[in-house]
Amino acid sequence: MSRPELQAPPEIYYGDIEAKKYTQNTRIQQIQADMTYRALELLNLPPDQPAFLLDIGCGSGLSGEILEEEGHTWVGVDVAPSMLEVALERELEGDLFLQDIGQGFGFRPGSFDGAISVSVIQWLLNAETSHPSSSPPRRLTRFFTTLHSALRNPSRAVLQFYPTSDDQIQLITSIAQKAGFGGGVVVDYPNSKKAKKVFLCLFVGSGGGQQVPKGLEGEEGEEAEDRAKFERRRQREKRRKDSKKKGIKDRDWILRKKELYRRRGKEDVPRDSHYTGRKRRPVF
Amino acid sequence: MVRLITHNLLACHVRGCNSNNFPLQFQDVQIGLREAEFNPDFLRGFLPKIEWNALVDSARQLGDTSLPAEQPVMIDDDFLKTLHHVLLEIHVEEGAMVCPNCKHVYPISNGIPNMLLADHEIG
Ligand SMILES: C[S@@+](CC[C@H](N)C(=O)[O-])C[C@H]1O[C@@H](n2cnc3c(N)ncnc32)[C@H](O)[C@@H]1O
Ligand SMILES: [Zn+2]
Repeated sequence: MSRPELQAPPEIYYGDIEAKKYTQNTRIQQIQADMTYRALELLNLPPDQPAFLLDIGCGSGLSGEILEEEGHTWVGVDVAPSMLEVALERELEGDLFLQDIGQGFGFRPGSFDGAISVSVIQWLLNAETSHPSSSPPRRLTRFFTTLHSALRNPSRAVLQFYPTSDDQIQLITSIAQKAGFGGGVVVDYPNSKKAKKVFLCLFVGSGGGQQVPKGLEGEEGEEAEDRAKFERRRQREKRRKDSKKKGIKDRDWILRKKELYRRRGKEDVPRDSHYTGRKRRPVF
Repeated sequence: MVRLITHNLLACHVRGCNSNNFPLQFQDVQIGLREAEFNPDFLRGFLPKIEWNALVDSARQLGDTSLPAEQPVMIDDDFLKTLHHVLLEIHVEEGAMVCPNCKHVYPISNGIPNMLLADHEIG
């Protein structure tokens, strides 16, 4: 099968059925989760500080879920309504926008402390329509220019993507540079056909550190570690399903989040009372 | 779910619309309130990003008048709790955001604003 981005525009490819299949596929969940953790590591955020992050092409929120578990607040944009709908059903905390990143962002300068994108920007390499504004270089230029301005100085954007050639990497990095970004490409497991991953690690200003990080070498992950992560994710999914049956943001959901925050050592978590999770009256 | 935390960062991005394009004005909104975890560290870090007048004004459009007209100099917990509620617990579920300059309408449906532009509106 050819690559998804060659088959149909993203909002068509990720229709209702594919969006559900994608999100429920345990192998995909695992891969996207691993890449999200790695992107977070490459973001190099100041330790123990909650950040405000942009998730570019957030899809159904597989990565957003991890961002919030790590204590961050996030905003997600995606062009596929069906993916966003699945994200809504999964009751995540990030604000979501229906947006084509090739049209650029309208966020004010310095809005975000960082940005991540997992398996998305290869889609920008295909012209969506014959309109001149939709040529890949024009779309990439708008994307990187408005992203650069939406990020604060210093900060980073880490974008994992699937290039088909070195020319594509070259095109993307040169446009990012023209938009004002520093940084470069990080390749993990370059010698493994299966595990090889390309991350564009872009700096605004100093990026909070001078050097482009090194890629990981050797074979991917320790098996035991993988299994541990997988187990954690499975528990997450199960809790999610259980809570879904009972409706939105119910008491159990809130208690679970509070417990998570306390475990993370956060102060000021409101104590549990019999008001916790009670429906509030609408304002009007 | 669009909340004031992101609305306060959002300007119109229609081609050539570069001034007086913020904040987007709410129209015919339906809102819902949902509890969120209070995180004072996050709020302190976020404060410098806020356009205060726009926030006060937009909160009023949503029926919330709890914020002071001027951003206080002393940041205490009471203030942060008020700010927390306004930024993170009010969800705009339906309605629209309209650009004060070019009048472009960004519809909000199911909590999700549609930011897509027509070909001739792309910068
Ligand atoms: C492989 S999925 C990845 C989703 C999510 N980042 C994850 O890791 O699970 C690719 C996503 O990119 C989105 N996408 C593709 N082109 C886009 C564009 N021009 N603007 C916004 N999102 C786009 C698709 O709709 C889809 O949700
Ligand atoms: Zn406008």
